Amino acid sequence: MQKIQDHRAWLLVLPVVISVAFSAIIPLITVVNYSVQDILGPGQRVWVANEWFINTMRDKDLHSAFLRNLLFSLEVLLLEIPLGIAVALALPASGWKASLCLVLIALPLLIPWNVVGTIWQIFGRADIGLGGYFINNILGISYNYTLEARDAWITVVIMDVWHWTPLVALLCYAGLRAIPDAFYQAARIDGAKAWSIFWYIQLPKLRGVLLIAVLLRFMDSFMIYTEPFVLTGGGPGTATTFLSIYLTNIAIGQFDLGNGAAFSLIYFLFIQIFCFLFYTVILRAGRN
Amino acid sequence: MAEVLLRGLAHSYKPNPGKPADYAVRPLEMTWEDGGAYALLGPSGCGKTTLLNIISGLIKPTQGNVLFDGKDVTELPTEKRNIAQVFQFPVIYDTMTVFDNLAFPLRNRDVQPADVGRRVQEIAELLELTADLKRRASGLSADIKQKISLGRGLVRSDVAAILFDEPLTVIDPHLKLVLRSKLKQIHRQFNLTLIYVTHDQTEALTFADQVVVMFEGGVVQVGTPQQLFETPAHTFVGYFIGSPGMNLLSARLLAGRVCIGDIPLPIDPGSLHLVPGDELVVGIRPEFVRYSAVATPDALPVQIVRVEDLGNYQIVTAKVGEQLVKAKIDEDAQIKTGEAWLHFPAERLGLYLNGKALSSAQPVVI
Amino acid sequence: MKNKFRFSWGGVVIVVYFFLLMLPIYWLLTMSFKTNDEILGKLSLWPHNPTLANYREIFTNKAWYSGYINSIIYTVLNTIIAVTIALPAAYAFSRYMFMGDNHLFFWLLTNRMAPAAVFLLPFFQLYQSVGLFDTHLGVALAHLLFNVPLAVWILEGFISGVPKELDETAAIDGYSFSRFFFWIFLPLIRGGIGVTAFFCFMFSWVELLMARTLTTVNAKPISATMTRTVSASGIDWGLLAAAGVLTIVPGVLVIYFVRNYIAKGFALGRV
Repeated sequence: MQKIQDHRAWLLVLPVVISVAFSAIIPLITVVNYSVQDILGPGQRVWVANEWFINTMRDKDLHSAFLRNLLFSLEVLLLEIPLGIAVALALPASGWKASLCLVLIALPLLIPWNVVGTIWQIFGRADIGLGGYFINNILGISYNYTLEARDAWITVVIMDVWHWTPLVALLCYAGLRAIPDAFYQAARIDGAKAWSIFWYIQLPKLRGVLLIAVLLRFMDSFMIYTEPFVLTGGGPGTATTFLSIYLTNIAIGQFDLGNGAAFSLIYFLFIQIFCFLFYTVILRAGRN
Repeated sequence: MAEVLLRGLAHSYKPNPGKPADYAVRPLEMTWEDGGAYALLGPSGCGKTTLLNIISGLIKPTQGNVLFDGKDVTELPTEKRNIAQVFQFPVIYDTMTVFDNLAFPLRNRDVQPADVGRRVQEIAELLELTADLKRRASGLSADIKQKISLGRGLVRSDVAAILFDEPLTVIDPHLKLVLRSKLKQIHRQFNLTLIYVTHDQTEALTFADQVVVMFEGGVVQVGTPQQLFETPAHTFVGYFIGSPGMNLLSARLLAGRVCIGDIPLPIDPGSLHLVPGDELVVGIRPEFVRYSAVATPDALPVQIVRVEDLGNYQIVTAKVGEQLVKAKIDEDAQIKTGEAWLHFPAERLGLYLNGKALSSAQPVVI
Repeated sequence: MKNKFRFSWGGVVIVVYFFLLMLPIYWLLTMSFKTNDEILGKLSLWPHNPTLANYREIFTNKAWYSGYINSIIYTVLNTIIAVTIALPAAYAFSRYMFMGDNHLFFWLLTNRMAPAAVFLLPFFQLYQSVGLFDTHLGVALAHLLFNVPLAVWILEGFISGVPKELDETAAIDGYSFSRFFFWIFLPLIRGGIGVTAFFCFMFSWVELLMARTLTTVNAKPISATMTRTVSASGIDWGLLAAAGVLTIVPGVLVIYFVRNYIAKGFALGRV
């Protein structure tokens, strides 16, 4: 679509810029300030310039946590996006059934994240939890998320998929409903089968919402904190110690604000770069 | 090629329609002749799109039948009716090239690739899309996209009728004429039945051989553009068609003559069964009103209140009693405001009761 | 037309998915009606000795229910503000080219990536100095950090789905811009508005760190009150579960309210 060139459009965007800048720039400046100092105590600061940054980049534990996050985000995206699209396609388009489904599907999203972790904590235990009991005793597979790294990892992934697929599904559902009937009518007149309708009409028209869904889920999964923290605390060992858990341990646990600030900025930067890459790739794919 | 017959057809969104106002499309009988170019004309909400969708199969009528060439298709879905439809906004497959868009209906019907290629080239040439065939459909302008939509309908050899739902809505004004001529060309070449819904009388009158005028769910007149202009069967047709529309003046029966106010008109009400209390309406098109600066027998005394110069002609607004009359007068005539006389030729006057023309035949069936 | 009992893959997907979805929810529900002993004692598929004690505690203890009310207030405030300022911005991004537009769009997105933990202390200091500390408005404004970019993003996508030709046609037909925007345009993107409103509500509602840091008494949210369930004697699972269940209720109301907007989607109007 051809856009009109008009710099007065800035007026429409101004409220957004002001509100976000207010919340973002000022704190960001503070963080940058911290990151170049060593804060030993209240009022005791030492200028260390980029020492924290170098330190952080060399940190081996940081590298493992980073890779862990990448793997996690990748797995979670590969599960949640197709599943979300499939569910959105299967949801009824109107009527009381649609209302019921929309309400139900929203439930996981509305639970406070610490409660999500708590539910799965109990749910996954072999002695008192439905899931843990079922897997161990009925399916006969040995499963213990507190002891086995593999089990903890799988549980965190499944918990995330359970929690966040509805977001993808809701976005795709709204996107599907936004397709005018005329497209389906024309496709029927053209004799198109269900697969063609999906591939040539629905999926292209979902490109916008899918971009949002992918970026949102990538960002949020890369920054994930509460749910795994409540569920496993980062364990067993470092099996589920994600970047944000690692960061919080450093900044708060060790009360190393300077180090923590430097780390945060690098973390922030990584996410920005990745999202920028995703964004550009998907946009280009859309244009070609 | 198909003759479309609508039998006892009506459609209502209410479960138990009683009065005419409950219907979106009031009960009607209609035949659309094979190979005819029809326009369905009317204002927003008059039911024309509903009627179009009933014909195409997107809506199932609550009453009556739709027959294509004698075969009852009322229960058949759209894809089984051999029709094509062009919508208000371009409906194309964004991810495909223009070629693939046009080829799509054929490929879905398992046509051989060689035949597909040939047919697509044919239609692309006809629609002047050959240069764009390799381009991706999404970045093109609205008029090209609408041509692609049309092309997908033409590319199938089994297409019986093409239905258009206000297809020029999103087209730039200067391209509308080009597309309209293209449609006429296609009509002549393929001899398909074309049904074109619009609220724009210019589009309807230039495109169609027969115009179906709809108003509030009912078909009020079917006729050639000339018939609609000269002998409107309904006050709405008189008002809607023409620019400016027909003058509609309240009249009454007085001492056996039809009068506006106290002034008798040259209409013979003899054969019509009129009653003094009837609320009559007299219609005359501004084009036929004749001006005279001096009194003549049969002319009505009026007060000219406004004269507008519109280039080749003038629009004169005059007061007859309390009512206003417009006349379209030649640009050369010197007209001043004030006292004057207007002559209404008897053969151009229409008499209407409750909207319907009294002296002409029933308006609906061809 | 369609045989109601015809087998459809869609039906299978829906049934299986919703069953798996509801299992943990069912678990949460049953936990809220159990005592802690029962929860930790053995596996029980339903409450064997159902108790309302958890709920009673929440409804009678002011600390709890005021938490709910506070959360509702700032979440609704935040949603309204976010959607209201995001709409014109999204329209601008969709329809116009202006200096720095692509960079600005991406910059907005980056704000959502900021890990909240990082900004806590600066936020704390900033809000105290401008007197927004411990106010509903304060939390509502703080949450704009991540909700406004999201709102602009989603809305821009939906607005771009409406053909630009429609704007021009309306202008030709003589509509003033505000009449066009409110009466014609907004209904066309109501799917986007519905889903945006829901997500803004949801993300603000579940946000813990900022809401807790920026409030003490007057605007203390429910998420902070829930930490009360963790004490020296361990976690009060039943109470936590009951609180969790009640936390779902406002969100359910919101999505019920916007369901028609999401489901109706694009309606070009009938002529």
